[in-house]
This record gives sequence, structure tokens and C-alpha cells, in this order.
Amino acid sequence: MAENTQKLLEVRELTMDFGGLRAVDSITLEVCTGEIVALIGPNGAGKTTFFNCVTGIYKPTRGEILVHPPEQKTYKINGFKPNRVTAMGLARTFQNIRLFQNMTVLENVMIGRHCRTTTNILGAILRGKNTNRQERETIERSYELLEKVGLVHFADEFAKNLPYGAQRRLEIARAMATDPFLLLLDEPAAGMNPQETKDLDELIVRIKDTENISILLIEHDMKLVMNISERIYVMEYGKKIAHGSPQEIRSNPKVIEAYLGEGGDDA
Amino acid sequence: MAMISYLKSCLIAAIWFVFLTFPLMVVKVNTLKNTVEWRWMNMLWVAIGAFILSAVWRWAMERRARGASQKEQESSDSDKKPSLGERLLEDPKLYRPLLGLVVALALLMPWVSEMYQVTIWVFALIYVVLGLGLNITVGLAGLLDLGYVAFFGVGAYTYAILNTRFGLDFWICLPIGGLTGALVGVLLGFPILRLRGDYLAIVTLGFGSIAKIVYENWEGVFNGARGIEKIARPGFFGMEMDISAATTFTYYLMLVMVVFTIFVTNRLKDSRIGRAWMALREDEIACVAMGVDMARTKLGAYALGAFWAGLVGVIFASQTTYINPASFDFMLSAIVLSMVVLGGMGSIVGVVIAALVLNLLPEYLRAFEDYRMLVFGAVMVLMMLFRPQGLVSNVRKTYTHSKKVHAEEANG
Ligand SMILES: Nc1ncnc2c1ncn2[C@@H]1O[C@H](COP(=O)(O)OP(=O)(O)OP(=O)(O)O)[C@@H](O)[C@H]1O
Ligand SMILES: [Mg+2]
Repeated sequence: MAENTQKLLEVRELTMDFGGLRAVDSITLEVCTGEIVALIGPNGAGKTTFFNCVTGIYKPTRGEILVHPPEQKTYKINGFKPNRVTAMGLARTFQNIRLFQNMTVLENVMIGRHCRTTTNILGAILRGKNTNRQERETIERSYELLEKVGLVHFADEFAKNLPYGAQRRLEIARAMATDPFLLLLDEPAAGMNPQETKDLDELIVRIKDTENISILLIEHDMKLVMNISERIYVMEYGKKIAHGSPQEIRSNPKVIEAYLGEGGDDA
Repeated sequence: MAMISYLKSCLIAAIWFVFLTFPLMVVKVNTLKNTVEWRWMNMLWVAIGAFILSAVWRWAMERRARGASQKEQESSDSDKKPSLGERLLEDPKLYRPLLGLVVALALLMPWVSEMYQVTIWVFALIYVVLGLGLNITVGLAGLLDLGYVAFFGVGAYTYAILNTRFGLDFWICLPIGGLTGALVGVLLGFPILRLRGDYLAIVTLGFGSIAKIVYENWEGVFNGARGIEKIARPGFFGMEMDISAATTFTYYLMLVMVVFTIFVTNRLKDSRIGRAWMALREDEIACVAMGVDMARTKLGAYALGAFWAGLVGVIFASQTTYINPASFDFMLSAIVLSMVVLGGMGSIVGVVIAALVLNLLPEYLRAFEDYRMLVFGAVMVLMMLFRPQGLVSNVRKTYTHSKKVHAEEANG
């Protein structure tokens, strides 16, 4: 990690308890500008729970989540509502796809623009100049994003009618519509075939390079993780068991044990 | 062979029904003469009726199953051939003349029919606006509200009290009634922001009942069960109107209201706000994670739904000139909700049609009055089985953008 890169997300000693179960146990993690960071670990390690804490869906039991938006002051976002976290510039996708099924693909992306537009009820009824301009911009930007993830031909289709891989890409486009500086992807390749995974691999790298968005990624597909991430954090039973570059992680005995103990790498 | 087993199962159903209804339909104890009457003819009718119904039922279910499997096979084909109903809604060549006809009929109606008819239509239109208002809360935002009648009552009582005690004019009270409805909507909305689905339904049901109890028991303000009488009809620039003229006037006012409501709902539906409502309905967690402020969005939906109820509440009070708590019964919430569900959640045309049908049918089919609730229930069950999406399924707007337009121009 180069010295001059700026930290975007800094999580310190994050702990999350569900009753007696400690799902996340003092995890410390950082993501800097221009990075793709992966968070891996066996099933039930607490990765999704970690995401939910960072994005405000759960309120963490202990620990600090600091966000350093580019050219702004630092915010401690523990206990912020999810929409505030998103407005701050952190956007996410879901492991179990959560699209708005009965809305069109384009509308799904347009929802992402909600926090960057301001039309209120009265404005929507009167449809003034400002409203129309925002609406136009929302549409144009959403189409652009659909182009980027290769879904323009599905634009007017209901989200529920999309094939699985396309739904995953739509989730990414929807998250990108919120203009984030950090994208949190929860198993974006789950359920994809090798070709789709390869396309996704390229898409993620392209997003990082051309859109200036850093990425924190949960993934079970080791090939994808090793290919694209600069640093990898490994969790098991809520604890961080390793952290380092792909090469270091590949040869780390603890990591090998964690995965073998679970019955082998199912990537 | 299939035919025989088909008839056999229908026969079994018929016998089962005869057995079930035996004590009710056949045996009749005359307590005065201490005799028992055996009405065997009734048994025959039940048997025949059950047999026929069961046959029709089986046939319909089979047809539906076949339809579903066919649809899967040729889903791409069915996309190209929309049903007549959808074509009517989408093709301007078809719906423009139809719309013109409806408008012309609606405008002429008071001149060609008696006052009694006009009154019926005024109430039907009130229901239309109520349906469209609830459609915002339930159909668009997905917040199941079983206490909608409370807001209707708020509007009606606001006008009744302001008019009879403070002598305020109808036209001043109309917006006040709507705004009071919206205000109460926000106040009631706050505590139930976190509730979803069934829980929300139960709490709102409670609110509706509480509102009625308050009207009944707070003598000082609402005049209790006696209600409030001598509420003024709407005036029109100080013109003196007899009852019939006033009813006609209210009829036109309601027409304007309906158009106004449709206009507003239509604009909201395809706006930033409307999309947020729908997203909230589809998936609350994903919605907030995409940056939508849940509290604000939900309260907006509540307030706007309640606003329409308050508004037409005022008109209702002015039309009947007398209101009492019995007018704001749970039944009203239930009927308005059925209109939204039958019409198709979120669909404006569907809700309008359902509202008119549900209100006018009972009026024009007086013969069936006793069976109204029975028919109502049967229709509901049938709808849920055969057309769960409602009369008109929700068609989403397709947006065009500059590049698409260019591409189409290049192609065409
Ligand atoms: N809301 C909750 N209430 C109680 N326990 C929970 C809750 N959410 C997660 N858990 C538990 O926390 C642990 C971590 O779950 P989590 O979903 O974070 O794992 P994960 O690393 O994402 O696994 P996977 O790879 O299967 O997605 C699990 O034991 C799970 O049962
Ligand atoms: Mg997970």
C-alpha cells in the first residue's frame, strides 16, 4: 500500500453480537483510494454482517467506523441510518439479490439517483423546470450506467425477468447510480458461470479505473479474488485470521487450514 | 374415463355440501308448534347447485393451469399480443374516443337523470377519490392501511365543526379538511414507521376503530352518537340553490376532484417520489440502502393518502348535511381497500373502474341486496385465484433518452 494514498474507509475493532453469538469480533480494516480489497472467509464467518454494520443496516455493538470522503472531513458513521451512509458515498450490493422486482431495470437504477436529486411532492406534481431537468439527468445517467454494465437492451424489462447474472450486474449499476466513492460488493459472482465471472472481473476493474471508485469485495470465487484484489482480509468465526497480498494469503497456513477444515475450497 | 372421474368428484362435492348444509337448509324446527319441518326440496336444490358450481370450478381451475403452462411456453408471443384491455389503455387511437365518450356522458349525466341517480353518482365518485387516495398509500407505497376511514372522518368532522360552530364557508374548509387529514396522517404515521405488513395492518385497524370511538364519546367536540346536523351545502358565489341544484353542483365538483386526483397521482407515479414509494413497497432494506429516506417517504405517502380522504370527507359532509360516527365504520375502510386490490395495486384506471363497479352494482341490483356481502366475498376469492394482480395490471412507464431516440431515428 503506497504511503501517499488516502484512506477512505477505516474500521476499528468492529464487534457485532447477536445475543450470545459474536458474529464479528474486533475486525480492523482499511480501504484506500484506488484499491480493490477483498474480504474472504468460510460460510458464516461474519462477512455479510460486517457489511451490514458498515452500511448502517445493523448498529454495531462496539468499534468505530470512520469514513473519509475525498476532500471532506472525517465522519464517524456508527449508528447512521443506511440512507445517510449511502448519501455519504458508500454504496452496496446484496448477497441475496434485492432488486425492486416489479419495477423496470431502468427504474431500478433511477432509484439510485434518489439521494442525488431533490424533487419533493409538490415539485413532482407541478413538474417545474427544475424537476424536469433533474428527471432528464436521472434518465440520462441511468441509461449511461446500464450501458456500462451492458444491460441497455433490458432497460424496459421488469427486473424480475432478468437472468441471474444480469440481475447481479443491475445491482452494481444501481449502487453506482448513487455516486459512491466506495462500492461494497457482497458475493457479486455467486451463481454466475465462468464466462459471466470473467466479464464481471473486467467490469469491476473497469469501474475502479475509469469511475474512480474503490471497491471492497466479499467473494468465494478464489480465482476472481486473487486476480483483481490488491489486498485480502480473511475472516473465520468473526475474527480476522489473516491480511495481506494475494501471494501472502495463498501461502498462509492459517488460511489454508480454515478453508481445508471446512471441506476444501469450493470456489 | 376422465369424464367419469370428473363427474364423480363433482358428485362427492355435492354430497358433502348437502351434508354440511343439512341442519341449516333442511331441518327447520318450529318452536311454537313443537314440530319439525323437513324441507327435502331444499336438499335437492343444494345438491344441484353444488354439483354445477363444483363442475364450473374444476373446469376453471383446469383452464387456468393450462393457461399458465401455455404462457410459459410462448411467453415471447404473448408479449406481442396484449389483451384487448391493455390495448385499450395503450393505443391512443382506441382510448381517446373512449375517454371522450366517458367525459361526455359524465358531463351530461345530471341533465338526463333524476336527482336520486345524481346522488348515487356523487357517492360513487367520493369512493373513487377515496380509492385513488388509498391507492397511493397501499398500491404505490405498499403500506397496508386498514384505518383509512379515520382520515375521511377527520375531514368530514373538520368541516362539520368549523361550519356549524364557527360559520366557516365550504370553500375555506375544503383545503383545511384536506390538510387536517394530512396532518393526522403524519401524526399517526410516526409511531408506525417501523411496522410492516400484518403488524401495520393491525395497528391501522386499531386507529380506525379508535377514531370512531372518539367521535362517539367526545360529546363536547363531536356531539357523540347524535352526530352533527345542518351542515351547509357548498355555495357558489352566493347563489341560492335548492337541493337538486346543490346536488348537481356537488356532482360536478366531485368530477373535478376525480380529475384532479387522477392528475396528481399520475404525475407522482412516474416521479422521483413515486419511484421511491414503489421501491419501498418492493424491498424496504434495499430501498434505504440505495439512499431513500424511509421515514420521509413513508410519511409522505401517508399524508398524501390522508389528504384526499380529508378533502372528500368535507364534500361528503356537505352532501349529506348530517354526519354521525356510524358513517365512519370499518366497513368503509374495507370497501375502499377492496377497490384498490380489485382494481390492481397502483393502477389508476383499475381503481376507478373497481370503485364504480363496487358502488353502482349494489345500487342497480337492488334484488341482490341481501346477498351483497356474500357476492362481495365470492368475487374477492375468485379474483385472488384467477387475477391476483387485479383488473388492470400495473404497466410501468418506459422512458426514452437521447441516445435511444437517435438510434430509432437512424433506424426508421
Ligand atoms: N440477524 C441475525 N441474527 C442472528 N444471527 C445472525 C444474523 N445475521 C447473521 N447471523 C449469524 O452471524 C454469523 C455470520 O453470518 P454472515 O451472514 O455474516 O456470514 P457470511 O460470512 O456472510 O457467510 P456466507 O459466506 O455464507 O455469506 C452466522 O452464524 C449467522 O447465523
Ligand atoms: Mg454472506
